[in-house]
Amino acid sequence: MRELLLCPPDYYGIEYEINPWMSVARGAETAIVQEQWKQLHATLSKFCKVHLIAPQPRLPDMVFTANAGLTIGRRFIPSNFRHKERAGEQPFFAKWMEQHGYEVDWLPEKLYFEGEGDALFGNDVLFCGYKFRSDIQSHRAIAEMLGCLAISVELVDPRFYHLDTCFCPLPDGSGFWFPNAFDEYGQRAIREHMTDLIDVAPEEAMHFSCNAVVIDRDIVLPEGAPQLVTELQERGYRCQALPMTEFIKAGGACKCLTMFMPQREKA
Amino acid sequence: MFSETIELRGHIIDSLILPKVLDQILTNGGNFKITEVQIGRKRADQSFARIEVSTETGEALDELILRLRQQGAEVLERANAQVAAAPADGVFPPEFYVTTNQQTFVRFGGKEIEVTPAIINSAIAVDRKRGRARAIKFFDVKKGDEIVLGHQGIRVVPVQRATTHTDPFQFINNIVDAEEPKSAIIREIAEELRRVHSARGKIAVVAGPAIVRTGGGGHLVRLIEGGCIHRLFAGNAFAAYDVEHALFGTSLGLDPDVAIPRGGHENHLRAINAIRQVGGIAAAVHEKVLTSGIMHACVEHDVDIVLIGAVGDEGPIPGVTTDVIECEKILRTKLRDVTHVMLLATLRYSLALGAFLTNNVKTVCVDIDPPAVERAVERQPLQSIGLVTDVEPFLRELADCLSRSKVSW
Repeated sequence: MRELLLCPPDYYGIEYEINPWMSVARGAETAIVQEQWKQLHATLSKFCKVHLIAPQPRLPDMVFTANAGLTIGRRFIPSNFRHKERAGEQPFFAKWMEQHGYEVDWLPEKLYFEGEGDALFGNDVLFCGYKFRSDIQSHRAIAEMLGCLAISVELVDPRFYHLDTCFCPLPDGSGFWFPNAFDEYGQRAIREHMTDLIDVAPEEAMHFSCNAVVIDRDIVLPEGAPQLVTELQERGYRCQALPMTEFIKAGGACKCLTMFMPQREKA
Repeated sequence: MFSETIELRGHIIDSLILPKVLDQILTNGGNFKITEVQIGRKRADQSFARIEVSTETGEALDELILRLRQQGAEVLERANAQVAAAPADGVFPPEFYVTTNQQTFVRFGGKEIEVTPAIINSAIAVDRKRGRARAIKFFDVKKGDEIVLGHQGIRVVPVQRATTHTDPFQFINNIVDAEEPKSAIIREIAEELRRVHSARGKIAVVAGPAIVRTGGGGHLVRLIEGGCIHRLFAGNAFAAYDVEHALFGTSLGLDPDVAIPRGGHENHLRAINAIRQVGGIAAAVHEKVLTSGIMHACVEHDVDIVLIGAVGDEGPIPGVTTDVIECEKILRTKLRDVTHVMLLATLRYSLALGAFLTNNVKTVCVDIDPPAVERAVERQPLQSIGLVTDVEPFLRELADCLSRSKVSW
């Protein structure tokens, strides 16, 4: 059974603005936050073993555990957050992973890297997003640490600032994505290494529909992408669309709220 | 031209980062030269590329490098140039760097400064406060001047051969021997001179006495009258022969038109004396003492005359500079704006003047002696055409080509 790391949204809120979705003037409704997160937790718990890390005060984005780091086998590579607002999360995640028996492998401090949010395996390639949050130089370091092929793709739309906001690989080597979030070289590089990609329509991409958790044939994604859900169902996937409005206010949804432990057994 | 060397590492082939970086360099007006590439052989192997990036301005380079850094480019740190103070006036410190006539840059504080002018056999003095580097001769250097040492932090950009055939200076085999046909090349040179004229370039002639003695003076006058020569460099003898021909019809006693000795050597001295009597060439023209010839044409058509003296000169004619250091200073100043030089039948002046030519000046060298042409052309290998021929037929054909031209000068 796959294992996931989640963080309860006890301290979650829009307290600063570090992406175009965030507006401190448009706060999240605490009750709805709790309800939406619990529904995600319950849904994922049906297919996976879910671990919880204790939330910390003054770290409202700790709820987005995808950015804790990247886990391959028993190795955990912690993130180096670009924004100081999130940098405080790093020691809590690293300590928790260490306490749970993972070997913590640090990147050089000067390289920004935001974990699984910008590093997703598709086929046997680690796709890595760069520019808004992660540096391309961090991809080289990760490829060296893991001994794998890392394809770096440039993100060009600030609304899709992490790779997992616009790209979701599927276990059969295909995937769904919002191509306009990438520059033309990134689009070509992804097309060359993935088969049978589903293009997500702009209006559905805006509902964070690429920010989905895929567990074998089950896909948990935010509501608002009926066209994508139909296409996925036609390919034999079971889709669970959940309300994620309060987290989208911070620029995150199902996948941002989840980190695989591990994403892959081997790179 | 400003440049930096960048390095790319990682899965730059599969990620298409290498083509992206090269495209970005070109679309931002830069140029690149890949100096090293190592492509990973196994799937997880990373690749490496070292690329020299160049742009027209320093600002454009900074901006471009900033973009390329976002794509993972690392700028190769280059060492700064080393300097030492000149120990005395007229003396360079030991190990001083000796310039070529190629475009040269020196690096200080991570920035490159272009050395101006790009002339051969000089040292480089730097003024770091003003961000200037200049090529200087012995007579220029003052005690305490900062002079560049060794080769560290110095980058030389040789002139590249053009890949298109639009420039006759780069596609004609440099030297056209005595037995090779010359008409087509002379037509090309005429075309080039016409282009230079319309592009407001400056054309200089370095003229040897053989022009007058072979009867080519009249053709040179046609070129001057046509407005295609802006500056004339010559020695005392050239001026004296031309004046003698204008006053007495002879050149060193020989009538170039009929080739029969007339008047002997004395005409030469009488001509010099006549110019000395009125105070100079321009005065001789104004007072109607000198009414024809090359010097007359220069004065009448505002062609700048630069006369350089030598040991054994008779007179000299007033206006000839005889101090050697002063001559060098004059040559440097008078060649600064020149874009094209025709070195006509004078090895001595061609070589002296060649030391002050920057590498972007194009030269045509005409001499009947093959080694003289070779020596003049080797200084500017991709910017020169050499013709082994008597100078008179060359000038005749060139003047004919240009006078046939419909384009007005």
